[in-house]
Amino acid sequence: MSKATFRISRGSGGDLTPADYEIEIGEGMVVLDAVHQIQYEGASDLAVRWNCKAGKCGSCSAEINGMPRLMCMTRLEDLDLSQPVTVEPMRAFPHVRDLVTDVSFNYRAKKSIKPFKPRKPDNADGTWNMKQEDVERVQEFRKCIECFLCQDVCHVLRDHHKHEEFIGPRHFVYSAALEMHPLDTEDRVADLKKAQGIGYCNITKCCTVVCPEHIKITDNAIIPLKERVVDEFYDPLTKLFRMFKPKK
Amino acid sequence: MNGYTTHEFDVLVIGAGGAGLRAAIEASGNGTKVALICKSLLGKAHTVMAEGGMAAALGNADDRDSWSTHFADTMRGGMYLNNSRMAELHAKEAADRVNELEAWGAVFDRTPEGRINQRNFGGHKYRRLAHVGDRTGLEMIRTLQDHGIHQGFEVFMEYTVVDLLMDGGRVAGAFAYERNHGTFHLFRAKAVILATGGLGRCYKITSNSWEGTGDGHALAYHAGAEMRDMEFLQFHPTGMVWPPSVRGILVTEGVRGEGGILQNSEGRRFMFDDIPDAYSHQTSDNEEEGWRYITGDKQARRPPELLTRDHVARCIIREIKEGRGSPHGGVFLNIHWIKEHIKDAEGHIKKKLPSMYHQFKELAGVDITKESMEVGPTTHYVMGGIKVDADTQMSTVPGLFAAGECAGGLHGANRLGGNSLSDLVVFGKRAGQYAAEYASAHDMPTIDEGQVQDITQETLAPFERGDTGENPFQIQQALQEMMQAKAGIVRTHAEMAEGLEELQRLKARAATCGVQSNRDFNPGWNTALDLKPLLACSEMILMSAIDRKESRGGHYHDDYPEKCPEHGKWNTIIQKGADGTMTRRESEIPAIRSDLQGIIEENQR
Ligand SMILES: Cc1cc2nc3c(=O)[nH]c(=O)nc-3n(C[C@H](O)[C@H](O)[C@H](O)COP(=O)(O)OP(=O)(O)OC[C@H]3O[C@@H](n4cnc5c(N)ncnc54)[C@H](O)[C@@H]3O)c2cc1C
Ligand code: SF4
Ligand code: SF4
Ligand code: FES
Repeated sequence: MSKATFRISRGSGGDLTPADYEIEIGEGMVVLDAVHQIQYEGASDLAVRWNCKAGKCGSCSAEINGMPRLMCMTRLEDLDLSQPVTVEPMRAFPHVRDLVTDVSFNYRAKKSIKPFKPRKPDNADGTWNMKQEDVERVQEFRKCIECFLCQDVCHVLRDHHKHEEFIGPRHFVYSAALEMHPLDTEDRVADLKKAQGIGYCNITKCCTVVCPEHIKITDNAIIPLKERVVDEFYDPLTKLFRMFKPKK
Repeated sequence: MNGYTTHEFDVLVIGAGGAGLRAAIEASGNGTKVALICKSLLGKAHTVMAEGGMAAALGNADDRDSWSTHFADTMRGGMYLNNSRMAELHAKEAADRVNELEAWGAVFDRTPEGRINQRNFGGHKYRRLAHVGDRTGLEMIRTLQDHGIHQGFEVFMEYTVVDLLMDGGRVAGAFAYERNHGTFHLFRAKAVILATGGLGRCYKITSNSWEGTGDGHALAYHAGAEMRDMEFLQFHPTGMVWPPSVRGILVTEGVRGEGGILQNSEGRRFMFDDIPDAYSHQTSDNEEEGWRYITGDKQARRPPELLTRDHVARCIIREIKEGRGSPHGGVFLNIHWIKEHIKDAEGHIKKKLPSMYHQFKELAGVDITKESMEVGPTTHYVMGGIKVDADTQMSTVPGLFAAGECAGGLHGANRLGGNSLSDLVVFGKRAGQYAAEYASAHDMPTIDEGQVQDITQETLAPFERGDTGENPFQIQQALQEMMQAKAGIVRTHAEMAEGLEELQRLKARAATCGVQSNRDFNPGWNTALDLKPLLACSEMILMSAIDRKESRGGHYHDDYPEKCPEHGKWNTIIQKGADGTMTRRESEIPAIRSDLQGIIEENQR
């Protein structure tokens, strides 16, 4: 068995000090195992949020050696263990304690998006018909596990703190999932432009890079939404045309 | 800081998995004031991890299916210890609940005709599971969450209920602490719904998340409710076994539904060696027929890998015990062999089982399109739970309802895969509806200040012992190791008796645990408080199991390896006695309604 050192941010309310913990490591361990090991060996109050330990719930987001990642899906074998491994909380949200941040902003942002509104059912029993190829685009977006790593890395939130004017990449993915849902009849384009600030996004693609679900956030969600905004607001002909055309 | 904030609601829902969310949606409306409390963030409950699918006789993939076949399959899978009325309601209503999810935005995989597609699963006669790849639970919870946040109920996330409040014999609300700052909250309510999920965390090897500590089971028990069938645990046959840090993580039955086969170290498909009589007429005895079934041939019988979970798990244990296991103490699950039959097998596997592909690739360094997985049984699901009225989901405590995994009855001695997700929405809806009705017919109960003082004291006790007390994580692990060894998949009387003795010592240790620093998001403190439900649930399991002297479904008693017809006539009931100790008794199963009995018999042919 070999040893490794973890340099974990400790403290409350943003007042953080790194603390070093040296532990024995075993085969196949992930960073979340290391954190649990440290709790077990004495630091029982080390705050960390997690649930599934299988990359499915999106609870254990943190910054490992400066990269936003899921702790439960980051294998120690893939890290340089000759140096201490730094584990820090996400930066784009208010800090609570140690590795835990207050992500409630994301829940408020989501609530500001108009909910799903389906067209009338196709069949007498209240069901609809949709082809697999027509739902695939939306299924990509619906893989999102709400880890908020994309929100963490986006400079509009992280550096410019536009939380009140910008809903962030996660919620563009959510809006895209609704807007491109074959049954949906709602129109969210005006909101995206105004209250939800899609214009702040300058397509740096940092969000796509960190997404653990490999959702092509920028190419598949944000850019098509931006195109809809352009169509609706800056192209009078398209706008007129849209008024008479059934949606989608 | 012993103060608390008081909140008042008509209906309080504890738990935000599929069952709790569906209940909260149903209870809201008509001016009913509803609160939803959960231990984690919204959308992170256990339901999010469900993979394979949701059972409902939609008849899209196979038009021979109907609610009556689904009912008969559920009863057979449960070895007839089920509450037959629950099994009936579940089979009849599941299809509507699936369609309702679609109306709320869920996007299931489709058939070529554009309908909701359905896949094979163990114990289901026809292709019955609506699914989205292997992330069906995520689709369900997100749909309910995104619909739910616009229904007007109030969400309290990262709040943990530590006790139910009582007004005489009736439930009066719940007492909780908030995780981020450890503040106390009293929820006064006319009706309370428990939807707290399972208790897999009583065991060392489990597919459950940290939340699965059986809180609802314990809360109901301490409130005096009757608990049923607690000896029946489902050990899912296929959990990961390697590397050690991922041991127990689930490998969906969907792998076998898509054609995956189980092999021992000799490469033999050992499931062909032991096909139980009750299933022999529906199970294929050769590879060729098994494969035809997978491809949708209606004449073909199911491959033996799709027998019920209890049976498959025991066959795997047998192979391992007899020295034919895989290098790390499991057996092999092989899906890459389908390349013998399918041209683009690699693409097919990645499309049908994307999260399994990633899970093995990222956590074990195994490419499942080319290599076999190593798998072994993992503690997965509890069939037992709070005894409820089938129609209303009210427990034996007035005003206290239960739905989802924490409720007992639907699954009998063994749950069929896919029958949980449908259970959640069928009975979540019912619990929500009847709890709202109960609330509108009753006044606000009275809070017993004395009880509240006792609870706050008990909750803060670990801080008083501080650093001198034992680390709660170590006690938790000792309990999990004990349960794994003494009440696992193969049980003996001697081991269970030892388990009960050890449990008393663990209870004493739990009373000495201490935690450091303050109440802000403190996992040590939270874990210390989880010990109480874990201990209560472990005791219920052991007490129930030791006196079922037969083997049936999820309870395998090595001293009595056969099923005994006499024991098929009763359910175990656990209840807190007047002196505070745990009592056990047998309760006769009422006669099944004659029309339902007829359906069962028809399907046995
Ligand atoms: C890996 C995995 C895969 C599965 N796959 C399938 C499948 O394919 N098909 C299928 O049908 N079933 C499947 N199951 C089973 C199924 O997912 C669960 O049985 C089901 O999701 C349980 O749902 P629930 O609503 O009862 O509770 P959960 O989803 O477990 O939610 C419990 C809720 O209660 C809250 N809670 C608990 N205690 C407290 C407390 N003290 N105070 C406040 N809140 C509390 C939690 O925070 C949580 O919100 C699977 C299970 C696992 C683990
Ligand atoms: S592409 Fe847009 S949303 Fe994504 S990180 Fe860059 S600015 Fe933010
Ligand atoms: S889009 Fe990707 S990175 Fe963003 S929250 Fe969802 S899963 Fe996480
Ligand atoms: S714990 Fe669920 S994603 Fe890491």
